[in-house]
Parts: sequence; structure tokens; C-alpha cells
Amino acid sequence: MPDTQALVNDFLNKLKKRKIEGSQATAKQTAELLRSVISQTRVPYTNQAAALIQSVKAVGEGLIAANPVELAVGNVVRRVLHIIREEDLSLTTAAMAGLNLSAVSDDEDDVDGDNQPVLSAAAIAAASRSTLRPPSLQTLLEDVPDSAAVPHTSSSGGDSEGKSKSADKSSRSRKLKHDVIEAVNELIQDINTCHEQIAEQAVEHIHQNEVILTLGSSRTVLEFLCAAKEKKRSFRVFVAEGAPRYQGHLLAKELVTRGLQTTLITDSAIFAMISRVNMVIVGAHAVMANGGVIAPVGLNMVALAAQKHAVPFVVLAGSHKLCPLYPHHPEVLLNELRSPSELLDFGEFSDCLDFGSGIGAPLLHVVNPTFDYVPPKLVSLFITDTGGHNPSYIAEIYQLFVMSLRGEDMKFKSEIMKTNCIAGGNLVKS
Amino acid sequence: MGAQKKGATARVSEDQEELARNPLQAILLADSFATTFRPITLERPKVLLPLVNIPMIDYTLAWLESAGVEEVFVFCCAHSKQVIDYLESSQWSSQPNFSVTTIESHNSISAGDALRLIYERNVIHGDFVLISGDTMSNMSLTQVLQEHKERRKKDANAIMTMVIKKSKPSPITQQSRLGTDELFMAINPVTKQLLCYEDKAERSKGFISLDKTLIADNPSIILHNDKQDCYIDVCSQEVLSLFTDNFDYQHLRRHFVKGLLVDDIMGYKIFTHEIHSSYAARIDNFRSYDTISKDIIQRWTYPFVPDILCGSSAIKVERQGAYRASDVTLSRSAHIGSFTFIGQGTKIGNDTKISHSVVGEGCTIGSNVTIEGSYIWNNVTIEDGCQLRHAIVCDGVIMRSGAVLQPGVILSFKVVVGQQFVVPAYSKVSLLQQPTQQDSDEELEYADNTSGTGELRYKLNGDIATDLSETAYELGTGGVGYIWSVFEGAQDEEWKHSVAPIPTDKLVKLMLDKDEDEEQLTQDGNVLSASGELKADSDDNGSEDDDNADSRDDYGFFEKEVEATFLRAVHENVKVDHAVLEVNALRLSYNMASVDCAGAIFYSMMKLAVESPHHSASELHRNAADIITKWQKLLKSFLHDIDEEIEVILKFEEMCLESAKEFAALFPQVLHLLYDKEILQEDAILRWADEKEGADESDKVFLKSSEKFVQWLKEAEEEDEDD
Repeated sequence: MPDTQALVNDFLNKLKKRKIEGSQATAKQTAELLRSVISQTRVPYTNQAAALIQSVKAVGEGLIAANPVELAVGNVVRRVLHIIREEDLSLTTAAMAGLNLSAVSDDEDDVDGDNQPVLSAAAIAAASRSTLRPPSLQTLLEDVPDSAAVPHTSSSGGDSEGKSKSADKSSRSRKLKHDVIEAVNELIQDINTCHEQIAEQAVEHIHQNEVILTLGSSRTVLEFLCAAKEKKRSFRVFVAEGAPRYQGHLLAKELVTRGLQTTLITDSAIFAMISRVNMVIVGAHAVMANGGVIAPVGLNMVALAAQKHAVPFVVLAGSHKLCPLYPHHPEVLLNELRSPSELLDFGEFSDCLDFGSGIGAPLLHVVNPTFDYVPPKLVSLFITDTGGHNPSYIAEIYQLFVMSLRGEDMKFKSEIMKTNCIAGGNLVKS
Repeated sequence: MGAQKKGATARVSEDQEELARNPLQAILLADSFATTFRPITLERPKVLLPLVNIPMIDYTLAWLESAGVEEVFVFCCAHSKQVIDYLESSQWSSQPNFSVTTIESHNSISAGDALRLIYERNVIHGDFVLISGDTMSNMSLTQVLQEHKERRKKDANAIMTMVIKKSKPSPITQQSRLGTDELFMAINPVTKQLLCYEDKAERSKGFISLDKTLIADNPSIILHNDKQDCYIDVCSQEVLSLFTDNFDYQHLRRHFVKGLLVDDIMGYKIFTHEIHSSYAARIDNFRSYDTISKDIIQRWTYPFVPDILCGSSAIKVERQGAYRASDVTLSRSAHIGSFTFIGQGTKIGNDTKISHSVVGEGCTIGSNVTIEGSYIWNNVTIEDGCQLRHAIVCDGVIMRSGAVLQPGVILSFKVVVGQQFVVPAYSKVSLLQQPTQQDSDEELEYADNTSGTGELRYKLNGDIATDLSETAYELGTGGVGYIWSVFEGAQDEEWKHSVAPIPTDKLVKLMLDKDEDEEQLTQDGNVLSASGELKADSDDNGSEDDDNADSRDDYGFFEKEVEATFLRAVHENVKVDHAVLEVNALRLSYNMASVDCAGAIFYSMMKLAVESPHHSASELHRNAADIITKWQKLLKSFLHDIDEEIEVILKFEEMCLESAKEFAALFPQVLHLLYDKEILQEDAILRWADEKEGADESDKVFLKSSEKFVQWLKEAEEEDEDD
């Protein structure tokens, strides 16, 4: 078993150097890395959940900082944290139900929260928040008012439950870790199969003799179109090449090898072609909390063209792309400027970039953003691995998603990103 | 199936080979062995100087790491302790799969010495990347390594592959955008072999010479002047042993590359690899520091850009290429322009304008400050109302209120500029005094540490009044630091390598010079180089006879040239001997006979006589006499026999008819004069007269007018015969 730290460093480096392309790959690798982090974490005698959360948080923070633009990393980290809490909670509930100790533990928890110097600041904060906060959906559903604080109390919190139960607890701890790893495996499985799950819905959306327009290249879109083709749908695809990286060329090639009638057009021809198109289907980089989409550059133009001609604009996104953040500052936080060499040849322009003459400042500025922001009003439909969602329910999708997340994890993300993200509890309320 | 299986096994064996190979190694020279960054490099090694707020060596190491290099040997010489300390405390000491080993030396004075030392250590076991610690790149090494290996398999003498990149030099200054001289490379377009490398082409001559065997040996050669040497070399082990064998190799390019190219005894070959979409450049001087900083801010080096390299310290890119750290204290009225970097913890006051600049960490900038195109490092204090244009300001500098830095100024560490003081353009200011002896280019940037720091302390304490007053004198009231004087001869060159853009008047001057040169070149054609040397061109021989019209034109040009030469000789009092030489050179290059020269010179002389002011015929005669007397020797040296003398008379005749009719009346007198001066022999005149006897009436005008003189000559001859 390789050293986890080495694995983490390696992955950090890859993220930093932008060596992993595509959010699915990133999400999968993040989940796998966190799984090995969890399995390598030395589980203390008691209160394993806190230890696991601690180590996942530590790694997660680093990963998010390494490439803040790749939102899938943060999404997966949050999902894993959520899994740990869920599993811990269900175990605790089971244990407490069995031992009928709920009232006692409630009292002791409060005491612990007050006079435990060992308690980490974060844990105290979390614990106090959870008591101050109006009852979250989670707790309401579980019907165990304050047990959420249990995993945050330090080891002595467990001691108070009595040494007699230590044997039981240790078995519980092993069980916890095992359960968590199982759940993370499921998550990885979900990420792996998100393409197929999305593609399964293809026939419902693509009809006979339709013309589909897409831009650039997305694995999800490819699988989606091919799934429809396999179900004997006959349709045509227009592929906009997607300057400056021209990944549309690759997509066109791939579609043709799979036997689809394909037309390749330039990005600038989109508006001319859109009137012949029945549906626009594109992939996304991330789906934000307000239903806006962070997508490869050029898609906003496509969306506007589609709106002008009342063509449905459909976005395919795996659930690992759903991000609980608002795109307040898309150009700062959520975009990345890549090298101008993708746009033009340095050698040919080297004389324009000679700072020795003239005013000594560059007159030529080459901007190569990676992403576009498509506002929610331009999106007609989201198709995720959990099913198709009517556009008017975008906020609802988001709520579904947020419901599955704990307030602490939301906070965790926003602390790192230093955004104005609304605190987790409020989000749940809204 | 069989074939497939075979393919599979072959791949497996290849993989094994791949596994068995040595890890890719790199030698990083953390010393430029040059003095271009003085005075800054007296206190800190060049590789640790911040480039957009990150030490240069970090860019180089980050690139090496991402390009798949596993082992780097950092060779430190000047300030080796600082480099080693930095590397030990940095992230590089704890990277998995990437080891950084330092090699320290104190007596190496060149790249050659460094490589010899590394060879002795015996640490390099295969192909390696040779790079200096001031090189930025984001290229992938995979392709160049593969090319290099494949070439090596075919030809064991292919020991080095140089990375080059297209970059046009400025047509006016003839230097690249990195401030280096225009580079000429001759490359075989098929094999990519480097055949000639010339970075110090003589500008005045405007040509470079190629060995003619190159042309014989290679079916085609392309001569490039628009390629930039990236100073990234993939080398085989032999390179190290070559340095050891040739202990006089010092400089990587000037000695090693040129040595190998010129000396073909060993038969070693150098190849080139051109990169297109990736970036690579080396910081050689202040100009390239400026250029590469701007390239980084414009993200050509992506992903090696500040916001990604810094990572956690949260630098964000805003519109118009403005990079800003998260905790900058910025006044509401301050204006941060485009392409600007503001580091952590920096405070900026009211109405301050900053554009195209880099401001480091922990700086305090007052109100109403203007900063334009400047590089301000860490912990600098700039008080209200200062103005900085195209300057480099090192750590800990204090600029008192109202101080002004003119373009091209370098302020080294902890200098203090006094109130309202204007630091003149291109000056370099340091707390250390300028080393007294003039350093050669080869000298290493090695500060005499003991004396340096001693002096520093003494300066800072400012105990001694005389000393303070001296520095105060140099940098205004309250200023501390010495302004370095520019070495003799380098004064003119200062603008070339400075951070400041080249001033317009310089550009205009250069442009005019160039136009003149070009004019001269086109006018002279292949005639004369400026030095008056001669470039014989024998090919013209044949073509000339083919076309009569051509040769007549040639004569016309020739005549003009001779006239110009003669006039210059007259006006500049050139010695007759020299004038003779020049005319001779012209004769050879235009492939003329001495008859033509005589005619042309005589024509020029007469023309001069006519053109000089005169009022009457007698005055004109006197003019002609003066000129002939003075320049008779010139004329005579082309009059070897009678034919030439006759030509002169004919020429004179022609002139009197056409261009200089004033002489018509004076014809006999001038003829007599020429006879008197022994320029024309009587035989020549008589022959001329004889020839003219049979001519048309119209042609005989001058014969008739000089009949008396001819008659007299004949009589004299007869008398002689009688005797």
C-alpha cells in the first residue's frame, strides 16, 4: 500500500499543473483518493467519525486550493464528508435506540461542549452551531434532536458513555469505517456510471429526424447521442468546432465512426444554423446553485441563439457537477485564463510583443478564458443521472442536492473559497 | 494473430527497456557567470531574484518537474549558501519522484568549469537536460527527448539537441525582443542539424560568412535570423567529457557550440528542435527580465503563472490581466491599471496610479504616486508623490516623498532615495561601491562577501559624516547609496539592455543610420564596402561583353564613381597615392581598362574646373591649370601609353562639344598646358592630329583651332630629328 501522503501530494501536483482534464475524471480520482485516505486513517478507540472527518477535511482543503476552478473536487469532498456523517449517525441511532441512552447522552454532550479544553475549535463551533441552528431537515427526518453533535465531541464524550460499552464501541468503529468505505465505493460507482444513466434517458428526448446541435466535445454528450442512435433513432448532429481548442473536431470524428450523420460548422456559423436545429444538447463544467451553468467558452452564445429561435437548450450534467455555490464573481472565481498560444502563434506575433520599442507596454492582449457562464433563464432542461428535470424546477434540483448535504460541509467549502456563500443552515431553510 | 502477438511482446520488451532506463536527469546552473544583473547580483544570486514575485529558479524547477525530470543537480557558485538555504526551505526538498541535489563550488568561473566539476562527480548516467536557473518554459520534453534518442541510435555523434523558438528580431535595433543580439543560425531543413551559430554578427559589415564546405556537404541550408535560442539543451554524456577534454571551453555557446561547429575533427553534431505553441526563454539581461515578466503576466507560460504557482496564497486574476493578492489594502481612489501584479500585504494610498508593473509583498505605497512599467520587489516604501517609470526597485528600498526614478533606473537592496531627488535615467544605485577593476564578460557574479557586508554595515550605521555627506550628495538629502558610473564604452549600449523601452529619438537615429547604410549598399552594389576594401567579383566578366548596353551603362556609373572619388579627394585633401588606389579599385570592380580611368579622371578634373567660379575665359584657364598641376600625378598614373593619352584628348574634345562648351575656346591653350606638364607626349598629339586629318569637317573644329600648336610641335620634332 503506497503512502497516502505521497498519493495526496501526487494528486495535488496533478491538479495544480492542470494535468487532469474533465470533471468526471477529477471527481473519480478525488473520490478514490479520499477512499484511500479513509482506509489509511488510524481510527482512534472512540469517536472515529470526527477523526475521519478531520483527515478528509485536511486533504480536501488542499485539493480545493490546488485547483479552485475545478468545482468537482469540492463537490466530491462534500459528498464524502456527508457520507461519513450519515453512516455515523445511523450507527449512533441504532446504538442509542438499543441502549435507550438518548436522554443521558444529550445532557453529557452539553457538559462536554462547555468544559472540554481538548475540543478543537472547529468542533466547538460546529457543535454550538448545531444547537443554535433551527432544526435542519436532516435532524428532523432522523428525529434525534441533538445527536448531530455527537461526532464532534472529543474522545471523552465517548468515555462518558461508560467503559462497559467500550467493546461495543470498538466494534462500532470498525463497522463505521467499513460502512463509509462501502458508501464511498458506491459514490465512485455512481460517478463511473453517470454517463450511462444519463444516456439511458436519451430516447425520451431525441426524436426521429431531428437535428441536434452541440459545441465542443463532451463525453456525456457523445454517450447520450450514441445511446439514441443505438435505439434506432435516426437524427443528424451539427457540431460546432469549439475554438480555440477545436475539440468539436474530435467529437465529429467519433460520432462518424459510430455511424451518425454529422455536420461540422464553425462557432461563428451557429446563429446561421440554429433555425434548422430542433434541440441543443451540451455538456457542462458545473451547475451552480442558482441553476446557472459554467460551461466551455462559446456556450453562452449558443444559448442566446437558441433562445432567439426558441430551440430547447438542454444541459447534461452528472450529479458530481452540481455545486452548492452561487456564481457571484464568475470571472474571478470560476474561470481560468489559459495560455494565449492556443489562439495564436507566438513566433508570428513576436514583433507585436516586443516591449523594447514603443511605449514599453503590451498593446496586444490575448484573452483565452476556459469557461462561459450561461444564466439559468437560458437553460430549458437539465438531464442528470437522477433523471430529467424540468427547467422551472432547477432551484428544486438544487434543494434536493443541498438537502443531501450537511450544513457543516457547506460551511467548510465556503470558508475555503472565501466567497459570500450563504451559510449552510440558511440555504437549507430557503 | 501472430503479428499482433509479436507486436505485443515487442511492446513489453520496450516497456522493460523503458523501465530499465535511467531516470531523466537535469543540470541546472544556478549561476549565470555574467555580470549583467549587477549591482543586484552582488547581494543576491540571479536565480533567486523575484520574477512576478516568484524566484526565477522556482519557475525552472516547476517546469522540470512537470516535464518529467526526476533528478536535478543544481550547481551553485556565487552566493551558493543563499541558493542552498533557499532550496532546503522550499517545497522542492520534499517532492516525491523529484530530487534536487545541490553541488557547490567556489572557484568555478564559467559554465565550462561547472560542467567539468559535475563530470568529476560522476553523477550523470545518461542523457540530461542542461539549463540555467533563469529559464522559463512550459514545453513538453517528450518529443525532443525522443528525437534526440532516435538520432543517437543512428548516429552516435549527435550529442546535443538545442531548443529554438521563432521570434522575430527588431529590424531597427537588430536585437531580439529579449534584448540579445540578432542571432543567425544555419540549419539543414531536413535533418535539423545546426551548421552555423552566429550571435555576434558584425553589424557594420552586414554579412556573415559560411564555410563553403557547408554548402557542398548539405543539399539545402536555411539561414534563420528569426529564431531565438531558448538555452534548453538535451545533451548526451559526451558533452561533459568534451568539456573536460577541452579545458579552454568556458561559455556554452561561444566556445562549446561554436567550437564543435567549426572544428569538425571530432565529427560531433548538434541538432535543433523548434517549439511552436509552447514557451521558452531565458533571462539574460534587464530587458529580457522586463519582457519575460510581461509574458508571464500575459500567461504565455501557462500553467506557470503566479495565480497557479502560488496556489494557496490566493492570487486572483481580474480583468485586464490585473493580479491581486487577497489581502491588499487599496485606497478607493487608487487606480490599478492593466497587466499589474500586486503582492500580499501591500498598502496603496490615494490617487496612486499603477500600470504594467509588479509590486511585491509588504510594500507601502503612498498617495499620488505614479508607477509605470516598474518592478518593485518586497517591503519597499514609496512615499507620497514619487514617480517611477520603467525601473527596478529591490527589497527594502525607501523612496522619500517626491523622488523620481527616470526610465531604466535600478535601485539595489535597501537604497534610500532622498526627498525630491531625481535619479537620472539608466543609473544603477547600490549600497555597495562599484568594484574598481573592470570585469570582463566572463567574470562570475561573485561578491567579495567579507568586504561587501562590512561596507554595508558601515554604510547603514552611517557613523562617519564624510561618508554620509558623500552619499547624500549622490542621492539627495537623506539618501543612502552610490550611483554606479557606467564603464567606458558601455555608455552607448546602456539603453539596449535596460528595462525601459528604447527612446524614440534613439529609434529614429537608428532608422536613419540604417536607411543610409541601405542606400549605400544599394548604390555601391557589390562595389565597395565602407572601409574601401574590395570584394572582387569575377563572375561579372562574362556577362559584361554579352551586353553592350550594359557596359555603356557601367561606364556611365563608373564615370560617376570616379568623379565622386576625385571630388572627395579634392575636398578632403586625400593624398594622391590614395586617390590612385581608390580609382584602381573602382577600375577593377567595374572591370574597366586604364584608358577608361584616364578619360574619367580627366573628365572629372575639367568638370571641376568648369564648375568652380570663374568670370572670364582666362580665369577658367587658370582654374584648369591649377587643378591639372595639382592632380597631374593622379592622371599620369593611368597614362601608361600613347593610346590612353589620345583618349584623354578625345575626351576633352567631346567635353568641349557637349558638357563644357566654355572650354571650346580654350582648347589649344589647355592642350598646350597638358603638353607642358608632360601629361601628353607630342607623339600622342601628333597621332591625334593624324587621325583627325581624315575625319569629317565638323570633327575638325578643334584640330583647326589648335593647328598652330600642332604645327609648332611638328617643327620641333623635325628640328630634333635634324639634330
